[in-house]
Amino acid sequence: MSLKKFVLGALGAAVLAAPFTAAAPAFAEDTLYLPKLVYRTGPFAPGGIPTANGAVDYWAMINERDGGVGGAKVIIEECEFGYNTDRGVECYERTKKKNGGALVYQPYSTGVTYALADKTRTDKIPLLTMGYGRSDAGIGSAFPWVFPMALNYWGQATGIMKHMAAQEGGIENMKGKTIALVYLDIAYGKESLPIFRTMSEKFGFKLKEYPVTFPGIEQKATWLQIRRAKPDYIAMWGWGVMNQTAIKEAAKIKFPADHFIGNWWSGAEQDVVPAGKSAIGYKSATFSAGGTDFPVIQDILTHVYGKGNGKGEKNVGQVLYNRAVVTQVFIHQGILNAQAKFGVKAISGEQLRWGMENIKMDDNAAAALGMKGLGPNLTISCADHIGGGGVFIQQWDGKKWNIVSDYLKPMNDLVVPAMEASAAKYLQEKGIEAASCN
Amino acid sequence: MFYREAGQFKSSYKEDQAIFPILQDRIGIAVMLLIAFVGIPMFATEYVISAIMTPFLILALAAIGLNILTGYAGQISLGTGGFMAVGAFAAYKFATWTIAIGQFEGTLPLVITILLAGVMAALVGVMFGIPSLRIKGFYLAVATLAAQFFIEWVFIKFGWFTNYSPSGVITAPPLKIMGYLFDTAPEKYLFTLSFVAVLAMAAKNLVRSHIGRGWMAIRDMDIAAEIIGFKPLNTKLSAFAVSSFFCGVAGALWAFVHLGTVEPEAFGINRSFSILFMVIIGGMGSIAGSFIGAAFIMLLPIFLSNVPPMIGWDIGVDLVSHIEFMVFGILIIFFLIVEPHGLARLWSIGKEKLRTWPFPY
Repeated sequence: MSLKKFVLGALGAAVLAAPFTAAAPAFAEDTLYLPKLVYRTGPFAPGGIPTANGAVDYWAMINERDGGVGGAKVIIEECEFGYNTDRGVECYERTKKKNGGALVYQPYSTGVTYALADKTRTDKIPLLTMGYGRSDAGIGSAFPWVFPMALNYWGQATGIMKHMAAQEGGIENMKGKTIALVYLDIAYGKESLPIFRTMSEKFGFKLKEYPVTFPGIEQKATWLQIRRAKPDYIAMWGWGVMNQTAIKEAAKIKFPADHFIGNWWSGAEQDVVPAGKSAIGYKSATFSAGGTDFPVIQDILTHVYGKGNGKGEKNVGQVLYNRAVVTQVFIHQGILNAQAKFGVKAISGEQLRWGMENIKMDDNAAAALGMKGLGPNLTISCADHIGGGGVFIQQWDGKKWNIVSDYLKPMNDLVVPAMEASAAKYLQEKGIEAASCN
Repeated sequence: MFYREAGQFKSSYKEDQAIFPILQDRIGIAVMLLIAFVGIPMFATEYVISAIMTPFLILALAAIGLNILTGYAGQISLGTGGFMAVGAFAAYKFATWTIAIGQFEGTLPLVITILLAGVMAALVGVMFGIPSLRIKGFYLAVATLAAQFFIEWVFIKFGWFTNYSPSGVITAPPLKIMGYLFDTAPEKYLFTLSFVAVLAMAAKNLVRSHIGRGWMAIRDMDIAAEIIGFKPLNTKLSAFAVSSFFCGVAGALWAFVHLGTVEPEAFGINRSFSILFMVIIGGMGSIAGSFIGAAFIMLLPIFLSNVPPMIGWDIGVDLVSHIEFMVFGILIIFFLIVEPHGLARLWSIGKEKLRTWPFPY
């Protein structure tokens, strides 16, 4: 190696360092900056793509149809992290200061949610984890910046339990039954364990836990064990490629599909279509509806896909796509609240927190935003960041998902004390005071 | 012209054995430390400090740990992630033990907590190092792989380690030393940097000492080393202990400083592999190589994912990510072909050339 090469190498290193220096922000007009952590690659891409497309398409539609929110244009920027917590945090740090500051984060990953729960507290940016994330974060005084709206995993588990009980003709008939809990063995899946253990003690059913190693492609051994255990019901906390594999394996051991209930991250077209016939009769929880018969979805089709833009037309109307749209509508409502209260177009993350804590999503508000019947009605407050959602059970008939249950409210007598205990422990370990809600 | 040691005479053994015998090296190190301690916290953006420099330093520390074991003592280990996990979870348990027994405030000072976590990791490392007395090479790699999986399983399986956290994720307590809270990105960075600088210097001195020479003797030929008086038991186990100590401290810093929260999967087999690659690409048996390797493995993917948007090339994040994988893989192969001894070797070749510049003979 000659000296020339060495000098060239050094020069190359200097050039390499250049992109790490941030560009100067340009302020021209009022904008709202919504960075979106996405995973279009990796083992969870089947779930990551429709959720990302729903979010991006919604804001593209808002910019196209209304010219932004309240006169401020929305800038949405994707940052790919491949469901890798380290890279998710890197994405967060990369985007949080851009374009006048990020307003809200929605990572769609429990691991990243845990890591960001602390960072967003310091940076004063809300973290919207609609239907996932830390179960105890619904206690707004302990987690002022985290919004696990709709329902957390513990509430959802009790909802699924209610459905099983209804099928058996009453909760008392669950005594002596066996429930197998198949879960992805990462933070997300394990989040379901405490509540199932509590319910097993309270209702007297036998709980068998079956962790599935990340990312869940190999499940043969697990299902052989399940076949031997002969459970009456199977509940599943799966995500990405794990779901379709599990559904196929369940069919192979001839387990009745209607006794197999996934949570709402295990119930999308991406999970059942690849499983083919095995998936017919399979059930899952959901908090949002599928289909395109909603004004907001129609507007996306007209204003985004009608003009040849958009990220993936085949996703539109799918369960996960619509759920991502619902999440964006709640952000939209939060932004509107904050703009009205503070009288500025380009609000800050701190103002958005106020806006989200004052969301009252009833039928009228939902209709105004074009999503009546699409998502849950919620009333968020400073103390309650969940807002009183519930859960539907849907069933796959081979072509589409059909709602087969009533609107099931969680067993709050079980869920809320557990949340409070967990939040109190968090505050104590962190050595921080609970925020005041007055 | 600039990098020449002519005229620098040593008149005592002490001077001759100094850690950096050449004046220019001392100046270079001083400048680097100055930039690291003063320049970066003052001038770099928060993104660079918190998302790039801090994790880079922590991973470099872990790479130094593995380099001691693999590069200097010749014992291949795939258990790095496991030992980091021991450090992280031990630090968490030490930091919360007062809370666990009912009191509110933690009483152990933070620095002691992190060092104790390192000691804990060292103990576990010694335990899993015992098989190295009988088995070598690839077989040892498999044995340490068992350590990796066993440790990860233990932390997932037993709730005691996470204080019965529902999702098995631990949340680190605030970084407080003598009442001062390390909260902002530059403060956390300086906290990490102090640890890394002191420990890297310690490692550099250690490998030049009697102990380090023992490791290298064992690496080069264990029978010969035994004949000249190094006991394999002590030498190998001390390598495992020191290496695991470094990894443990790195794990504790990762949990406490970088993420503030950690799940066992953060220290999975992928982490072990990536640190092994840092050592191989950076340079086996080189402390500087650990830093260079960590920079390569950790920073390059981030850099690659930053480039297309930087130059205004709007191709969608998924394609960027795929390109990132391909370019990264190609570069690894490229560097291993061009310089199989690691990037640190390039650096020392560069220094050799500089000595004769501009009139090479």
